[in-house]
Amino acid sequence: MSAVVDLAASTGVTGSLGAVAYGLAAIGPGVGIGLIFGHGVEAMARQPEAAGMIRTNMFIGFALTEALALLGIVMPFVFGK
Amino acid sequence: MSTTATASTVLADGCHLGSGCGFPAPSLDDFYFTPIFSIGGFHFTKPMLLALICAGIICFFFYYAFRRPKLVPRGTQNIGEIGYLFIRDQIARPMIGKNGDNFVPFLFSLFFFIWVMNLMEIIPIAQFPATSKIAFPLSIVLMVYFTYWYQAIKHQGFAGFLRNVIPAGVPKPVYVILIPVEWLRVLVIQPFTLAIRLFANMFAGHMLLATFMIATWYLTSASIGALFAAGSLVMVVVLTAFEMLIQALQAYIFTILTAQYIGESYSAGH
Repeated sequence: MSAVVDLAASTGVTGSLGAVAYGLAAIGPGVGIGLIFGHGVEAMARQPEAAGMIRTNMFIGFALTEALALLGIVMPFVFGK
Repeated sequence: MSTTATASTVLADGCHLGSGCGFPAPSLDDFYFTPIFSIGGFHFTKPMLLALICAGIICFFFYYAFRRPKLVPRGTQNIGEIGYLFIRDQIARPMIGKNGDNFVPFLFSLFFFIWVMNLMEIIPIAQFPATSKIAFPLSIVLMVYFTYWYQAIKHQGFAGFLRNVIPAGVPKPVYVILIPVEWLRVLVIQPFTLAIRLFANMFAGHMLLATFMIATWYLTSASIGALFAAGSLVMVVVLTAFEMLIQALQAYIFTILTAQYIGESYSAGH
């Protein structure tokens, strides 16, 4: 961690490392949420009569994926500067 | 209302763009309130007051809706019944199965309590979601945790439940990884993520709204900067609508995951 800070300082870059960390933390969940809703909508289009069940499971999957991004938001506040 | 120099206290001193002070971004200090009153070591703060008000609103509303239930519902009873049927038919029955009706009161209370607490974020004067203090999600999750473990031990036994959460029909070597992961899931990860999800969503939502509201005030001046302030104000309106969606969605997700965990502890298999 301190090596990254030193590297950033030596190149003259300043700012919050937490913001960069959140950007990295959002990549995976971003892809995951895209896949979940994309496939959910596709499934609903193929089988509209199963839409209720698909939507329920879609939101469960969404919630599980989103948890990672939310941990990314909270961690910089937990560990400070 | 806070003890330290938070964004709101800085702004109250007339901090605008060009007056020499930097952008007073919202921080963790905005989540700490000076107690309304204290009894010994017990401090009664704004989030506690909001939680009590929310509980009061729900008790009053549903008492009013169902005080004289009629076969053909009218007025408020219609709204109450929509809420009840939504929980029963969309959440309890599909997730728990034939025993789902026993848990409708619990899930019903959870959903509406969380939703109204979340809604407090966008209601003027309140403007603080009580669920963005980790204590509230955590204590709700503690109830959920005890409920699903009680049901699991009652219906499958402690060892039986731990055996049943492991999927069958997997190649033998995979169990080396699968067993610890699945046990960790039911013991730690499920309750932890349930609490963190609600807390972090409301925390992030409050930060987001606070950032744009502060920016609106900060950019306000009798110059071209007023245009930026107007842009920020539009974002406040858009994000408030977005937050309304998120608040309902989080209450729904919390309730449906609770129902899923209870359903899993009722019967073996996924």
